[in-house]
Amino acid sequence: MPFNHKHLLGTQFLSPSDITTVLDTAESMLEISTREIKKVPTLRGKTIINLFFEPSTRTRSSFEMAAKRLSADIINFSKETSSMVKKESLKDTVLNLEAMNTDALIIRHSSSGALHFISTFCKSHIINAGDGAHEHPTQALLDAFTIRQEKKNIEGLRILIVGDILHSRVARSNIFLLKKLGAEVTLAGPPPLVPEEFKKFGVDIDFNLGRALKGADVVMMLRIQLERQQKNLFPSIREYRNLYSLTRKRFRSAKKNAIIMHPGPINRGVEISADLADSAKSLILKQVENGIAVRMAVLYLLLGGKEREITD
Amino acid sequence: MKLLIKNGRVIDPASGTDDTLDILIERGKIVDIKTKIDGDGPKIIDASRLVVAPGFIDIHTHLREPGQEDKETIHTGSLAAAKGGFTSVACMPNTTPVNDNRGIIEYILSEAKKSAVVNIFPIGAVTKGQKGEELTDMADMVDAGAVAFSDDGLPIMNNYLMRRTLEYSKLLNILIIDHCEDTNLSSGGVMHEGYYSYLLGLTGIPSFSEEIMVSRDIILAEKTDARIHIAHLSVKGAAELVREAKKKKLKVTAEVTPHHLFLTDASLENFDTNLKVNPPLRTKDDVKALIEAVKNGVVDVFATDHAPHTPDDKEVELDQAPFGINGLETAVSLFLDKLVHKNIISLQKFIEMISTNPALILGFENKGRICIGADADFTILNLRKEIIVDVNRFKSKSRNNPFHGWKLKGAPEMTIVGGKIVYPF
Repeated sequence: MPFNHKHLLGTQFLSPSDITTVLDTAESMLEISTREIKKVPTLRGKTIINLFFEPSTRTRSSFEMAAKRLSADIINFSKETSSMVKKESLKDTVLNLEAMNTDALIIRHSSSGALHFISTFCKSHIINAGDGAHEHPTQALLDAFTIRQEKKNIEGLRILIVGDILHSRVARSNIFLLKKLGAEVTLAGPPPLVPEEFKKFGVDIDFNLGRALKGADVVMMLRIQLERQQKNLFPSIREYRNLYSLTRKRFRSAKKNAIIMHPGPINRGVEISADLADSAKSLILKQVENGIAVRMAVLYLLLGGKEREITD
Repeated sequence: MKLLIKNGRVIDPASGTDDTLDILIERGKIVDIKTKIDGDGPKIIDASRLVVAPGFIDIHTHLREPGQEDKETIHTGSLAAAKGGFTSVACMPNTTPVNDNRGIIEYILSEAKKSAVVNIFPIGAVTKGQKGEELTDMADMVDAGAVAFSDDGLPIMNNYLMRRTLEYSKLLNILIIDHCEDTNLSSGGVMHEGYYSYLLGLTGIPSFSEEIMVSRDIILAEKTDARIHIAHLSVKGAAELVREAKKKKLKVTAEVTPHHLFLTDASLENFDTNLKVNPPLRTKDDVKALIEAVKNGVVDVFATDHAPHTPDDKEVELDQAPFGINGLETAVSLFLDKLVHKNIISLQKFIEMISTNPALILGFENKGRICIGADADFTILNLRKEIIVDVNRFKSKSRNNPFHGWKLKGAPEMTIVGGKIVYPF
């Protein structure tokens, strides 16, 4: 299927067939990373900038590796060491970098919609690596890829997302994507972090984790951030852990072959017990591994052009 | 100099006039109104097929001077007002420094005298520096020319202070204007809290942050028997509260802006910073309720909340952008097209809400009416003129207007201030 998009801004803008195209393309990318020489010439001569205005371990390295395995030239930009500390604006920063004849910009920014703003004046392809609380589409795509690997089919699966839904771009991108592929999605977490309005996206909400876990095929845990407590969105980490930490005992309510996912970084012993995070049920590191193949697929579909070969 | 406006359809809601009349102007005042006045000597304006209304008054404008002259000046703001059909504007005190003393009032009025083409009426700050702590010397500022008081976008959260403000305002019989927002509830918000804020991952400003403060203001207005004007009503619940207050005959008035009547939160889907405004654009239901509130008299006044910002201010991430819509040059055409031509309200009602009522609320005895002895401020409308909004042709220094490209029917044809034609320029 053709992938007719200039940018990847969010999963809400993808059709079910777009999503399948990315996932299928990622299947063929997966093998490249297991070769002795982990490189194909597909994007040779393309210039990509990793523009990260927010800290990142996984996403940034993953995009960099994906680009390199496709032979693109990629450089990294980070806000802290840029002229943004001299108050250069976002628009000027992007325009100056783009003047170096870039083909794609991979952008993470703390403001929701920052990429929409950039797309109004930027000629390069733009790939969203996370904008505020809005979207993180490659995370949702790699999550779907990982689920599909384990469960074959996403349609009809019962998927539970637990934690700070309100502030989570991962939750939003996953909700939009999983609903498009026909999954049943339930959200769990303290009421201030799981607004009832989310039901309008076609999901169920259950504030009680124990109850919500019953019959789940997939459990996605989200990182809980300490600053939410300072805003009184929940009373304390202690109370949060007592109510929403995924422990072995609680996890028994889920289906026998249920899997655990987490976009990282994890707070060991807070949203998930350490032993469970490291158990065979947990696909946390598998997600990271798959991330490279999914991002290779995204880069290829946006920049590659139809005439190019995926394999060498 | 004499001026004679001939053959216009003169509409004056204050006297219930709607007739083809001639108006003779001398030394800035109306000296005669008759079916036929023979023009011998005075300059004649042919207003046939046009509507002659008492000059429009914007009770809620930001002129940015002193201190933010990159966004707007008293001069450019007055040109925008004239082009938009306004003969008088009341300007909010959130300048740099804040308009919280006689010196700033005098500065604004002296600049206005030098460079403004419309009447400029300063609104003083209720508290020093708009900090919500200490009252300003209101009597001194009224003496200097303040026509109302408001802390504008930094509303007084302290109920004790609001009580004392309203009590003290009675001494001067001066209007207190409140931007109703509980800033604890709205903190960090950039748009209306609801489906779209959750979809877009943006922090929301809940409806009840406005409702709670409107309700507080109404309770205090009742207890103190003072006058309070609710700025830019944006939500259904607040309109209901004002309706109840009016039933009780409290001295509560309210205004509404074009953007809250004609746009909704759904339009933020593309994260356009020109749609970032406070109070935020609300839902379809709110828009419906506001239009009802206009029709049934719950809302007294149309205001622009003209809030100019430079492209550099607005060409940033949505959460970094300042709030505000540049409104003086589009308001009248929007109201004519969307309300009058759609038969939602009558032309008389529109003029009442944009001229008669603001004059009454601000206590301008010689404005907002067409009668012998009144100030010769007129807005002449061409109801058939079709325009396409083009921000690049604005007289305002700024361009932040979300109606760019809209096709509208009905526009100001001429603006006359104190017997002088100030628009067309």
